[in-house]
Amino acid sequence: MRIISQIGEWFDGRLQLAAPVREAAAHQVPRSTASWWYVFGSAALTVFLLQLVTGILLALMYVPSASEAWSSLQALNHDVTLGWFIRALHGWGSNFMVAIVLIHMVQVFLFGAYKFPRELTWIVGVFLLLMTLGMAFSGQVLRFDQDAYWGISIGASIASRVPVVGPMIVNVMLGGPIIAGATLSRFFALHVFVIPGMLIGFAGLHLLMVLKLGINEWPMPGRLVKRATYVSEYHELTKKDGAPFVPYAIWKDLFFAAFILMAVAACALYFGPFGPTGRPDPTIIQTVPKPDYFFLWLYALLSLLPPSLETPALLIGPVLVIIGLLLLPFLSGEGEKSWRRRPIAVLTVLLIAITLGTFTHLAGFTPWSPHMNAWSGDPVPERFLHGATALQRQGALVFQAKQCRNCHSLGELGGQRGPALDSVAVRLTQDQLIRQVIQGGGNMPAYGKNLSPAETTALVAFLETLHPAGQAPARDAARDIVLKESGTNP
Amino acid sequence: MSNENMLSRRGLFMKIGMLFNGLVAIALAFPIVRFLLSSVTRGRGHAYLSWVTLGRVSEFPEGETRLATFQNPYVMPTDGKTVDTACWVRRIEGDQFQVFAVNCAHLGCPVRWFPQSGLFMCPCHGGAYYRDGSRASGPPERGLFEYPHKIENGLITIQAGELPTPGLSAGLTGKKPPCV
Repeated sequence: MRIISQIGEWFDGRLQLAAPVREAAAHQVPRSTASWWYVFGSAALTVFLLQLVTGILLALMYVPSASEAWSSLQALNHDVTLGWFIRALHGWGSNFMVAIVLIHMVQVFLFGAYKFPRELTWIVGVFLLLMTLGMAFSGQVLRFDQDAYWGISIGASIASRVPVVGPMIVNVMLGGPIIAGATLSRFFALHVFVIPGMLIGFAGLHLLMVLKLGINEWPMPGRLVKRATYVSEYHELTKKDGAPFVPYAIWKDLFFAAFILMAVAACALYFGPFGPTGRPDPTIIQTVPKPDYFFLWLYALLSLLPPSLETPALLIGPVLVIIGLLLLPFLSGEGEKSWRRRPIAVLTVLLIAITLGTFTHLAGFTPWSPHMNAWSGDPVPERFLHGATALQRQGALVFQAKQCRNCHSLGELGGQRGPALDSVAVRLTQDQLIRQVIQGGGNMPAYGKNLSPAETTALVAFLETLHPAGQAPARDAARDIVLKESGTNP
Repeated sequence: MSNENMLSRRGLFMKIGMLFNGLVAIALAFPIVRFLLSSVTRGRGHAYLSWVTLGRVSEFPEGETRLATFQNPYVMPTDGKTVDTACWVRRIEGDQFQVFAVNCAHLGCPVRWFPQSGLFMCPCHGGAYYRDGSRASGPPERGLFEYPHKIENGLITIQAGELPTPGLSAGLTGKKPPCV
């Protein structure tokens, strides 16, 4: 024991770190902050450390070359002992990190911790969030498969919409004219050197300010933050009702960090690594690219925005959101901290959470995309053809062969791009059906040039049979009268 | 020494030292920025574009749209399969052709041709185009990107080399949707 303490003293005589570390550990924090609500920041840091370690391990095998990245990932998955597990840890770690950083941010927002004097801590935190998302996107690119390839294609398409300099930004982003070797190399540099370096620096700054300014006290409704008095009030609180951070508060951080690491490991073990999906060969176009879960909401948003709004929303939206987040502590730097007295703050969080959740949920089954194989894979259910005439059956064939099923479902099977047609005859009369098929409209392409008159007649005859048993099809009353008067058979 | 405003000898050296560093930094900034922007400067004036042969005209039946592949003219040693590019070739009749990029004009996902319904459909956000490349429905604001093409000695050749994006850096054409 004596030798160990002597060695310790030898080092500390040179490093002189023991005193500041002891001071940081023993610094008084308000007792109320030793709460399970205050564990997300340290959990984010823990997962970040896991990402550093697993990332370095993956870099031992990964080859950042467009011609070999995919095969090196396959080798990691199948040939290297436990390579799949390290990949799974890194992939699930990234999912957990995005989620925990967001939860941390919501907690800080709802507890008013961004208010005076912690404005800069919040601002640095906003940059940490952006870097985390940057890591998530660039990491998805390094998993150089079809999703990665087309994901960059989408990123380049968005960047290209910037006025005037758009094409230049694309060239810088891709490192050349197309998505190729240079693209992967620069995303590798971003993911492995640039962003992690900044993350470490910013996280250090963030942590330093937490130590210097103290952990945000538990917000009490009615206890208002005032610039003039807050600091002295906080010091009084820590003196009167404080406790040393170690061990009083840290034990909960330790428990939660271990729990999160265990959860990441359990997910990695049970679900395994992400991809890689198909080889990144741009001539294989039979692919349905999809982003990782943290960008699914964006994927949905890009499908649902009206075309004219898309470019402004893509280019101005993120800027406004980031400016809003950065300005938040200056706009409401004082006053009420407790979420119990801040209904707009709570509603804002709920609204954003529900919006993102809904978009993410929608992106899970992409109702806006045609089902590319529905026309050949989902047959017209038998019950729609019972007692059908020859013409109607012919119409059902046209319906199938012209790929109407890719966008329209029958009996719950088929695309959801357009409305389900199980009872279309109740909604549209014969004339309206003909018009809709030939001219399109309401987001449906016009089929006039692609259907012969005979095919249209047959198709509409089939569509007219699509109504529930007890419900008559829609009918234009005036049409019957006109046809009767002119002596034509309806 | 009595006058505190007076610049001392060491103080002057420090200032000159800072100036010296500033000058060296500016001098070094030039090559660094040039290097970072090399992919932009290299492609100035559509320098990335060149004419690529897709194959014999007779390989493309009249009235049909077929997938053709070509190697991107600008190749680096580590590019692997990524330089292989696909495009849709529509032979209307005779020597009348249209060559479309597979990249959706919305956000660049690969569109697929469905001859039965005469539509190009995009799997990502639901864009659809008619056989002539014009916009049919969905989020795209315009028709498919079209490569400039020419026919010489029975070969069809297109001008390609850049990733087609809505910012339209390459010499790509394509029909904008008519005002409705």
